[in-house]
Amino acid sequence: MNEHQQTLWEFMQQQADKLGVQTMQHIGLTFISLFIAVLVGLPLGIYITRKKQLSGIVLGIAGILQTIPSIALLGFMIPVLGIGAKPAIVALLLYALLPIIRNTYTGITGVDATVKEAAVAMGMNKWQVLFKVELPLAMPVILAGIRTATVINVGVATLASYIAAGGLGEFIFGGISLNNTNMILAGAIPAAMLAILFDFLLSRLQKLNFKKIKGAVKFAPVLLIFLSCLYFIPSAYGSKLTAGFTPEFMGRQDGNLGLISKYGLKIHTIVINDAVMYKAAQEKELDVISGYSTDGRLKAYDLVVLNDDKKIFPPYYAAPIVREDALRKFPELEKTLNLLAGKITDSVMTELNYRTDYLHQTPERVAKDFLVSKKLYRPERGGNEGTVRIGSKIFGEQYILASMYTMLIKGYTNYSVATKTGLGGTKIVFDAMTNDQIDFYPEYTGTGLLAILKASPQTVTRLQVSKDSTYNYVQHEFAKRYQIKWLKPIGFNNAYALMMRQKQANELHIKTISDLKRYLERK
Amino acid sequence: MIKVEHLVKTFGTTHAVDDISFEVNEGENMVLLGTSGSGKTTTLKMLNRLIEPDSGSIAIDGKNIIGQPAEILRRSIGYVLQNNGLFPHYTVAENIAIVPNLLKWDKAKTQARVAELLEKLHLDKNYLNVYPNELSGGQQQRIGLARALVANPPVLLMDEPFGALDNVTRSKIHGEFLALDELKRKTIIMVTHDVQEAFELADRIALMDKGKIIQIGSPANLLFNPVNDFVRNFLKEQHLQLEFKTIKLSDIWEYLPEGGKKINTSLIPASSGVWEALENFKFYPRENINVLNQQNKEVRPITFDQLMAAFSKYKNHQSHE
Repeated sequence: MNEHQQTLWEFMQQQADKLGVQTMQHIGLTFISLFIAVLVGLPLGIYITRKKQLSGIVLGIAGILQTIPSIALLGFMIPVLGIGAKPAIVALLLYALLPIIRNTYTGITGVDATVKEAAVAMGMNKWQVLFKVELPLAMPVILAGIRTATVINVGVATLASYIAAGGLGEFIFGGISLNNTNMILAGAIPAAMLAILFDFLLSRLQKLNFKKIKGAVKFAPVLLIFLSCLYFIPSAYGSKLTAGFTPEFMGRQDGNLGLISKYGLKIHTIVINDAVMYKAAQEKELDVISGYSTDGRLKAYDLVVLNDDKKIFPPYYAAPIVREDALRKFPELEKTLNLLAGKITDSVMTELNYRTDYLHQTPERVAKDFLVSKKLYRPERGGNEGTVRIGSKIFGEQYILASMYTMLIKGYTNYSVATKTGLGGTKIVFDAMTNDQIDFYPEYTGTGLLAILKASPQTVTRLQVSKDSTYNYVQHEFAKRYQIKWLKPIGFNNAYALMMRQKQANELHIKTISDLKRYLERK
Repeated sequence: MIKVEHLVKTFGTTHAVDDISFEVNEGENMVLLGTSGSGKTTTLKMLNRLIEPDSGSIAIDGKNIIGQPAEILRRSIGYVLQNNGLFPHYTVAENIAIVPNLLKWDKAKTQARVAELLEKLHLDKNYLNVYPNELSGGQQQRIGLARALVANPPVLLMDEPFGALDNVTRSKIHGEFLALDELKRKTIIMVTHDVQEAFELADRIALMDKGKIIQIGSPANLLFNPVNDFVRNFLKEQHLQLEFKTIKLSDIWEYLPEGGKKINTSLIPASSGVWEALENFKFYPRENINVLNQQNKEVRPITFDQLMAAFSKYKNHQSHE
């Protein structure tokens, strides 16, 4: 869409509003959770210095919380707290607890025993000893813990965008999905600068002498509350329905940008991770979501696809894309991969996805059942004439396809297989391919056209006429630019789609995207 | 003033303090002397209930301290620690004013009292607003003493108060300690493992071992009438020096010859120890020093040989008694 390459600075200027909002949300999330973590962690840390037998358990639990992967922790929060700010804050709070509790404990137990004895011997009671002696002397250590917690929170808060809590993660993960380096940097650089800035400010606070620190510590809660409030400023407008779109969908011409420009759709939108979006729609946290037309959860959660009556979503036919040098190295490969060509229709793919996403069958089992039913399955030959490296993105359909290809290669050729599945979004998996980390993975024509080739709007309009013209265009361009070959399409079209709960769509008489727009504009 | 009866404290299976009783009179300097692990520090810390006794009673001024709230009790007992225990985050002035602030004195009274103490302890006023770590060990220990004395407690507990100081600083502070009039009125209980220090500062010494008091009495009493071999051995190494320090010129007055010729103007009171008299000799031929008997104002000029002869006669006489 851009004839000259857009610079990072231009991107940031163009997106200044969004960047401002995301930065404020980011600071807000960081400090709300930090504030609560201090309120919880400080007294708890003090308590375990008095009941030393509990210190092992408390620090142990806080330590275990710290080791839970952040995405997993956010995932656990959704059934309990839904999506949005609440679960994000709770997750951040749990990560911030350990350094605060541990440093409070270490700081207070580290106070010179002679000084404590003197305080008691002077006739101070236990509260006076705590507030006049132990806490002031432990303060540099406690501040170091808060400093660590702050930096951790700035980092983990980027993940809050997965569950629609906003923050700079929207740009970072959107950028990764869209293969847009500027967008990634526009999120990552401010996030890194926030971490450095807060770290620096807190390090200054730590180095103040005892006199000044007294004043600073009194001022701190006020500042914390102020910074926390930043989170609530941006979320000032609403509408009748709430939409949840993935970061990838938000930034695409064939996504939210098209909905705005072609349909004129105005809806309160929050950014959310694909993995939790469907669940959130079912639980009525969201009304409209962006999804894929073959997604199994469509069936599982009783959702309905809105008809794209103005044709903004281009075709997304799936096909394996392979490095040309890999095709030369493995002469049998192309023939084998093409065994699947034209075999899977939309409805078949939805069914397969339903079995993995909702019935929780393993992708391997689903893949094998399918191959057996199509009489394509052959037992492994156990060959060792080289290893083919298969990649995939991080969602069910890709895992199923990767499993099928694994079985086909092992059954029909003498090659062995190494799978590198779960390579995040388009950018990550495609970079892995161009850097010769994988030999092939299943890609979609629309993604190739828009996210990888970044075709201009004119090109897109010209090509959208038919499925074949898009396929031919990406095949030609990939060969020319990347020495990557598109093999024959598998058959199904996993296009973007807007979806709603079946029941709600019926009640509101919404069948097409234009219906949705008219409903939203009605007063 | 202080009456301790049948005091017992055990830690696990160790009898730290094993049924001890003693009394300390008003204005007296009682030194608890012993090796580490003898129970002297545990005994001291039970007096202001930093350690709670298992059994036994402690009465100060006739009142049992166990019945009183510990914090209130401690504010009326001065406490000096070995490593001074000054608050590193408080200035010198704030450190000294801890107890007055706990007692809610008004500011002017506290300030005046702090200034007064600083002067008595020969500390410059400029130190008021500095932090303890900017001071020397000796200065820190003086601040620790000021903090203990500020609220005029009748009783002062000192836990190895000079233990962390070098020898030169220590003997200087010993001198100040003996000269400080604030301390002359106090009932002081001091813990030390340093025999010299005990003999220099104590009115009476309680020599402790394995949680028990082996002998309690004046320095001379321990030195010349040890109750058993433990006491004798404990003092053996420095015996001669201790004798010089313990025996006063007034004790050997009757053996000092009269009618010597006064050839210089030096004057040393008879209340001084023999050690001090020896220190006054500059060792030139026919030198003598002039000893003044404060009771009858008589001055006896004596030579080094005469002093030694008198000391020897006194000791012979003691052992034949």
